[in-house]
Amino acid sequence: MSRRPYIRPMSKTTWYMRNGRYKVYVLRELTSFLVAFYSFHLICVLAILATGSAEKWDSYVAAQQCTGWIVFHSVALLYFLFYQTFPWFKLAPKAMPVQVGDKKLPDSYIIIGHYVAWVIISAFIFWLAGVFS
Amino acid sequence: MNTRQLELEVMRYDPEKDEAPYFQTYTVPCPEEWVILDALNYIRDELDTTLAFRWSCHMMVCGSCGMMVNGEPSLTCKTFIRDLPDKVRIEPLENFPIERDLIVVFDDVIQKLQKVQPYIIRKDDPPEDREFTQTPAKLMKFKQLTMCINCMCCYAACPQYGLDNKFIGPAALALAHRYNLDNRDQGKSERLDILADYDGVWECSFVGACSEVCPKNVDPAAALQQMKVDGAVEYWKQKLGMTGEKS
Repeated sequence: MSRRPYIRPMSKTTWYMRNGRYKVYVLRELTSFLVAFYSFHLICVLAILATGSAEKWDSYVAAQQCTGWIVFHSVALLYFLFYQTFPWFKLAPKAMPVQVGDKKLPDSYIIIGHYVAWVIISAFIFWLAGVFS
Repeated sequence: MNTRQLELEVMRYDPEKDEAPYFQTYTVPCPEEWVILDALNYIRDELDTTLAFRWSCHMMVCGSCGMMVNGEPSLTCKTFIRDLPDKVRIEPLENFPIERDLIVVFDDVIQKLQKVQPYIIRKDDPPEDREFTQTPAKLMKFKQLTMCINCMCCYAACPQYGLDNKFIGPAALALAHRYNLDNRDQGKSERLDILADYDGVWECSFVGACSEVCPKNVDPAAALQQMKVDGAVEYWKQKLGMTGEKS
């Protein structure tokens, strides 16, 4: 009897269509394009600031008021929250398990800790930006 | 006893006759208490003696009966008929070559399991008058990882392994992590060369499918993320000349 193992090919381009789990993963990975674009946008903002011209800054801020940019920022925020922030906080206990004595700290403590840190850091940034003044 | 007619589409492949696998359909009268493995045994005993598949314990211990059930890597001894629709598709585990029918070739993963040095490595002599000590707290750090039964469902779920089987993969890396976390072991830096190499933990992009399908809740995805942190720390320790071995 001869051996002739059969190898099932896996498509390099459509493998993620195999199940819902892979599709969700690919959607998460696709956020990298949005991150790249948003980072580029922030670099441009820094470049405008670096010119030291109040006129250029005012015209940039005015441009951001248009519907297109507001939609872009809203979509980016929702996409980051649902595909990056929430999943990342949910997965944090896996990457950083904490053991106290011979008991594992419940996952919920680590997850809640992340949310609390997020709120405190965000509040600090808002305070720096003068939102509360 | 409540019996249901289950239509099983089973992948068949005979290396001596077939150019490629194909599906054969069997109708099996299944009591609701049955698992898929019972239905496969019924086919082999009553309908078609040529059907080939692996199994041994029928109680989630041996890890032999892993197969794709409706596209999901599953232990067939744990997959109950009552949880499935009337039509079920059974295939050999994905990402492995098919030897015959539902039997796959595991040679590649067996080599990888050996490659990660899954045993206690000591750099000093073992104590002569007593065994190595381990408190319950130290055991708890890795106990879950010892539950792996090498069913390879995680490899069948891992798209990274499917796309490039040079990747060491979930079960072997989780096993390496089990020994890295063992307080009796001193081989972490030796394993680092293998684990942090191109085919090691950094090939994992945290799809997380391995942990979702694991029938023993080992959570290899978590182990791999912890190894990334450990690997980075160990790398810098070595760079800075701090080997930091455990006692």
